[in-house]
Amino acid sequence: MVVMILGILLGVAIIAFLIGRARALTVAGEQISSLHSRPSYHGGYLAIFSTVPAFILSLLWAAFSKRFIESSVLGNFSNQLSSFDVLQVQTFLRDVRTLAANQANDASQVILSTQGEVRELAQEAAGLYASQLSSANNLLSVLVVFLVLAGFVFGYRRIKVEKRNRHFVEKFITLILVACSAVAILTTIGIVFSLIFESIRFFQKVPFFDFLFGYHWSPQSAFESAGGTSLADDNSRIFGAIPLFVGTFLITFIAISIAAPLGLMSAIYMSDYASLNFRSIAKPVMEILAGIPTVVYGFFAALTVAPAIRGWGEAIGLSVSSESALAAGVVMGIMIIPFVMSLSDDVINSVPQTLRDGSYAMGATKSETIRRVVLPAALPGIVSALLLAVSRAVGETMIVVMAAGLAANLTINPLEAVTTVTVQIVTLLVGDQEFDSAKTLAAFALGLVLFVITLCLNVFALRVVQKYKEQYD
Amino acid sequence: MDAMNTKRQEDAVNKMVQNEIKMSGKDVCVSYGEKQALFDVNLDIPAKQVTALIGPSGCGKSTFLRCLNRMNDTIDICKVSGDIRLDDQDIYDHDIDVVELRARVGMVFQKPNPFPKSIFENVGYGPKIHGLVRSKSDLEEVVVKSLQRAGLFEEIKDRLHEPGTGLSGGQQQRLCIARAIAVSPEVILMDEPCSALDPIATAKVEELIDELRENYTIVIVTHSMQQAARVSQQTAMFHLGKLVEVDETDTIFTNPSNQKTQDYITGRYG
Repeated sequence: MVVMILGILLGVAIIAFLIGRARALTVAGEQISSLHSRPSYHGGYLAIFSTVPAFILSLLWAAFSKRFIESSVLGNFSNQLSSFDVLQVQTFLRDVRTLAANQANDASQVILSTQGEVRELAQEAAGLYASQLSSANNLLSVLVVFLVLAGFVFGYRRIKVEKRNRHFVEKFITLILVACSAVAILTTIGIVFSLIFESIRFFQKVPFFDFLFGYHWSPQSAFESAGGTSLADDNSRIFGAIPLFVGTFLITFIAISIAAPLGLMSAIYMSDYASLNFRSIAKPVMEILAGIPTVVYGFFAALTVAPAIRGWGEAIGLSVSSESALAAGVVMGIMIIPFVMSLSDDVINSVPQTLRDGSYAMGATKSETIRRVVLPAALPGIVSALLLAVSRAVGETMIVVMAAGLAANLTINPLEAVTTVTVQIVTLLVGDQEFDSAKTLAAFALGLVLFVITLCLNVFALRVVQKYKEQYD
Repeated sequence: MDAMNTKRQEDAVNKMVQNEIKMSGKDVCVSYGEKQALFDVNLDIPAKQVTALIGPSGCGKSTFLRCLNRMNDTIDICKVSGDIRLDDQDIYDHDIDVVELRARVGMVFQKPNPFPKSIFENVGYGPKIHGLVRSKSDLEEVVVKSLQRAGLFEEIKDRLHEPGTGLSGGQQQRLCIARAIAVSPEVILMDEPCSALDPIATAKVEELIDELRENYTIVIVTHSMQQAARVSQQTAMFHLGKLVEVDETDTIFTNPSNQKTQDYITGRYG
């Protein structure tokens, strides 16, 4: 119903726009230049007045009408439902909705979770529900038609030569933009809060410091003792996050130490040395590389790189596990090279040519110019490019699952299997889990700590960038 | 009588010194891809004088200037032919090291372009990359001397370690001049050095150019007739990629032999 109304409103908006524009031209008569605002602004004005109030009403209706109707239906049957607990009431409501939706069909054919007396009660309630829903929809249609007409008449009569509708439309556009950014920001805040609240529930089961500074991570043992009483003592021994963070930073470190020099050097080559022809081919190719799904890199890591590293290691007498941090880190590094390169290339390119000319005119060579003038000027941008790369590496999951394994070893030996925070979050949430078990909630706590760490990293990076900006601009 | 003779001799010597040719271009042609920008330009640059290049926009005067220290090399599609000499040495010869050439022929650009470093580092940049100084105190001496010569030292002596980009436009341009003279070049090329400056800063830079003439050969591209008249001894008029006329500045501005020059300097076109 609401979707249909929104479609109709879109049509109304277009028609109102055309009418408003025509009206403005009529009002202006011979002298179009006498209008304060161009005719299309008057069209926009009329379209806004005709549709926006009805649009807002429909949205509110979509959000609240069902809940309102349901509580009124439940109110009618409150005597019969007085013995039900919350879960039973919810089941009952679900049945009512199903029945109401299938009214055209034979009620006995509809599959329900309740039987007998309750089922009859539900059928009775469904009739009431359906009739209330249809009258609500009728009411909505009437209201929408009224709002559209009222808005249209109001707006139409106010289209005059001296009317400053341009300002109105511009303000409306600002409002829409603000609303869009508000949605983005509020969603982020919502996610952060949900992380925080779930984490608090986790920390009620597992002490905060045991989690943050524990050396042992094996949430599977929590599953084994799930049937019984999982003691807080047990929990504090098996939820130690240190191995995960060490693993994460080990792999990230390997990845960045490969991606940063290679990416930066190739960016310098691209921006200052390569011919235009080469650049016009190579840059898009590198950007395609950036678009390869990480799972493909994962195959590559697990099936090619990890065995190769193992082979080399054994050839020189090192014991390398078949899944190693080194393999995952190397492949992850290769994965983010295009990313680092593309960002740094943009930054280096944006250093003004006049600076380069100034340096060349002093008799500096190309490499001196790049080292002493271009890179320092581009440094803030390069730092932020590298930090974005770090964030990608920290958040990367697929390659690690495939190449580095799931074993939470506390080690900084890159030849052993390690695991990362993101991989553990995935394994914790995969499969059927009770939502409030310590094991599931641990995922939120890990997510929160990861979030805090990357946040600190970003803030730190911003500080660095700011400092150099003050110095250099 | 003797005194008069000596004076005359001195004048003759001065004239000879003045006529010593520092740089010369012979049949210089430049093209950017298909488009030819300069056609057979023949121009001598006398030593320790200011030569002004004038002409309407797009006439090739900046292109010619950029040939003199091979800055056009940085543009891939640019082709230069002809013969350009510095102290009778072909600067487009294979043996010529462009790094050394640019150390001898410095350049100041239209828009001040100090590096995003401190004032000290800006001026010390050239001496450092050319290895002209042995110690930190040597470097300091060179920097201070260059800033003094550029007439900037007194204004900024307390903020040597603040960023060069924080100076005013006129100060930045003088900083760029200080940076250019820090490597003791023989020739300084200036590409409309005052076009981004206000009249007061312009006057200061012009004054500086006049002082620098004592030690350096200067070639300046300018759009301002008054500026050419004020600072230069020789003026060359370019039009549509060709050298129309070259003569002593006084002659050009009082009695030009070419009608186009006459029209241009009296503001009738261009």
